[in-house]
Amino acid sequence: MPAHPREAGSDQSAPRVVLDDRDIGRALTRISHEILERNKGAADLVLLGIPSRGVPLAQRIAERIASVEGYAVPVGSLDVTMYRDDLRLKPARALLPTEIPPGGVDGRTVVLVDDVLFSGRTIRAALDALNDLGRPRAVRLAVLVDRGHRELPIRADFVGKNLPTSLVERVRVTLAGIDEVDAVTIQAATVRDEEVTA
Amino acid sequence: MNRHLLSAGDLSRDDAELVLSTAAELRELADRPIKKLPALRGRTVVNLFFEDSTRTRISFEAAAKRLSADVINFSAKGSSLSKGESLKDTALTLEAMGADAVVVRHGASGAPHRLAHSGWVRSSVVNAGDGTHEHPTQALLDAFTLWRHLGGSRAGGLEGRRVAIVGDVLHSRVARSNALLLRTLGVDVTLVAPPTLLPVGIETWPVDTSYDLDAVLPKVDAVMMLRVQRERMSGGFFPTAREYSRRYGLDGRRMATLQDHTIVMHPGPMVRGMEITADVADSDRSVIVEQVTNGVAVRMAVLYLLLGGNQPAVSTGTTNEADE
Repeated sequence: MPAHPREAGSDQSAPRVVLDDRDIGRALTRISHEILERNKGAADLVLLGIPSRGVPLAQRIAERIASVEGYAVPVGSLDVTMYRDDLRLKPARALLPTEIPPGGVDGRTVVLVDDVLFSGRTIRAALDALNDLGRPRAVRLAVLVDRGHRELPIRADFVGKNLPTSLVERVRVTLAGIDEVDAVTIQAATVRDEEVTA
Repeated sequence: MNRHLLSAGDLSRDDAELVLSTAAELRELADRPIKKLPALRGRTVVNLFFEDSTRTRISFEAAAKRLSADVINFSAKGSSLSKGESLKDTALTLEAMGADAVVVRHGASGAPHRLAHSGWVRSSVVNAGDGTHEHPTQALLDAFTLWRHLGGSRAGGLEGRRVAIVGDVLHSRVARSNALLLRTLGVDVTLVAPPTLLPVGIETWPVDTSYDLDAVLPKVDAVMMLRVQRERMSGGFFPTAREYSRRYGLDGRRMATLQDHTIVMHPGPMVRGMEITADVADSDRSVIVEQVTNGVAVRMAVLYLLLGGNQPAVSTGTTNEADE
């Protein structure tokens, strides 16, 4: 429910597209190369997407790495619902899939993949969740959009686009497969509780 | 979901499927190095058992501990409950200790309902078996087991499946809860028992009944055998144990008439040689051991959905994915 009584539409402008499908494709290609460069190859990499939109992003990065290196990087998903610091502030939430690749995370370089980096709280939860799954050699963070406004000392290693925003704006990532088209849009809107998840 | 889980009949289809899909995620935890999640840190779950139970209490205890809740076990033997304390005074004690959930098993049908609606406690009440009335978490774990084997683990997957529940329906809270929940999930349930072991008013249940096990077995996708509860029997419900076994026991010969995919279930504890023979209980079709594993996952799901947030989960739609 909206936190403010104002109804949607009264002060909303139309969503503006900041990245289209080709921009997103190029950003993911660059991120894939940066990951390989930083890791000096694809060995021991594990990509873990944070549901829901982080998962297809992780898969797309893995496809690009496979086409460059000819090596299938293990891809999984990591649900952070039970580790969130706002768990007690809302009704109990449905869990999303956690799938850890068969090789596990011990001694590997884990790259967390998410769509939008915002407060940093989701990533904090993801680091806690990862801690219960094993001991990676290193953990990196790849995001499609960094919109700023961090509330914790967390930063991304690989960023598709830095997007300066104001707190009342709403950044939305849609991805073919889950949504209709690939796009990143920005919209001026009243701040709603659910948005403060990234 | 409601704040309490008292009857399997209180669960809507969305509620029930939310529990099943949550349990499916939580079941994976058993394969991880650290079998613990932080969701209920700082919450207190009281296991209040007025009746003997090993597996249900241990299952709830494991479930609560894996979610990091604090667990207090209260059983009738060796506590003030055996000294004649009333349910009300026990409840007030629990309230004073600040329990967030009370898991209650009681010999009297309706005791959990009384506890939940009396105003004695503010905590969530989970029925872990009351008299011959209901045992909703057993029904959920049975439904979860069916859903994994026959329903492809997806919403609506059990629609149109057939399940036979065989044996002492009269004294079985498991049968009632299963009949209600499985009907909600679209399963066709047939109760098979001698006439003396079917309760009065069975015609109002959403099920078929039969006295002929051999006629039912080839048609079903799962067979659920019930224990003959001799401790609750005061009269002669059947002539001899041997005659009961011959007519309503599941043995190797009967098992051979099942379809290839049909699974055999039992809520436990089993009486081998009575309602089920050892070769059936230990066969490939038997999912009886898996039911125990699933029990922990389902009870974790129930406790999480009741206590994990500031109010019980809202089951309409996928609340988590709406805005990210």
